[in-house]
Amino acid sequence: MERTRPKTHLLRATRREFLRAVGRVAGGIGLISVVTVRPTSATPDTMNKAIRGVIGEAPVRTGKITLDVPALVENGNAIPLSVSVDSPMTEAAYVRRVHVFNEKNPQPYVATFHFSPRSGRAKVSTRIRLADSQKLVAIAELSDGSFWSDSVDVVVTLAACLEEPR
Amino acid sequence: MARALVNVPTRAKRGQVIEIKALISHPMETGYRPDINGKPYPRDIINKFICTYNSTEVFRADLHPAISANPFLSFFTVATESGTLTLTWTDDGGQLYVEKANIIVE
Repeated sequence: MERTRPKTHLLRATRREFLRAVGRVAGGIGLISVVTVRPTSATPDTMNKAIRGVIGEAPVRTGKITLDVPALVENGNAIPLSVSVDSPMTEAAYVRRVHVFNEKNPQPYVATFHFSPRSGRAKVSTRIRLADSQKLVAIAELSDGSFWSDSVDVVVTLAACLEEPR
Repeated sequence: MARALVNVPTRAKRGQVIEIKALISHPMETGYRPDINGKPYPRDIINKFICTYNSTEVFRADLHPAISANPFLSFFTVATESGTLTLTWTDDGGQLYVEKANIIVE
C-alpha cells in the first residue's frame, strides 16, 4: 500500500511532505534571524543543560507545582511571575527549593527560591525580564528528593534588553 | 542608598501563615545592555535575598539578571512568636541592604 511519489517534487508531494518542507524553510529562516540578532541567547538545549547542572540526573515529573505567568505580556521588562507548590510544608514533607529557568534570555537562570517548614506556604511571587517570546520552566525539589515541574509559554511583544541607552 | 519597602503584618495569631512583601529600588543592571559606544554596562544586580525571623532563616532567594529592576518579592512565613523579621539584600558589589520589621504574635 506504499505510495510511490517523487519526494523532491513539491507540486506532486503529499500534503504532509509539502508542509514538512515549508516548515523546514521557515525554521531555517527563524534560525538565521535568531543567530544574527541575538548571538548570546540561551537556547532550549542550554536550558536543559542548566536544569541538569542544577538538579542532576534525577527524574522530573509534571504536577504538584504551578507556574503562573500571563500567556501574553506587553512589557518584557516586568512580567509578574508566581510559583506555588502543593505541599503541607511540615517537617515531614516540605518544599526545599524551587528553580525557574528560561529558554531564550542570555542566561538560562531566572531564580532559585529556598523554603523550609517555617515558610508555611510554598508560594512566591516576583517580576522578571524576558528577552523574547519563550518557554519558562519551574522545578520544585521536595524534601523526599522528588522533582516536579511545570512550564508556561509566554508571548512577549516588547522584549527586555533592547531599551535605548541612557 | 537603595530605598526599600517592606510590608509585614504588625499583628498575627500564633501559627498563622503571613505574607511578606518586599520591594527595593535597584537598577539590576544585567551586564548585557550596551551604552552609546556599544560596550555593555557592567553587571550590577542583587543576587541574594534572605529573610530571617528572630535569626532563623525562613526564606531565601538566589536572583539572576532575569529579575526585573527594583526587584519585588512576595512570600510566606508562619507567625511563631513575637519578634523581628530581618530582610537582607546583597548586591554584586557585596553591599548589604537591611530592613527590619517587628511583629506581635498573640
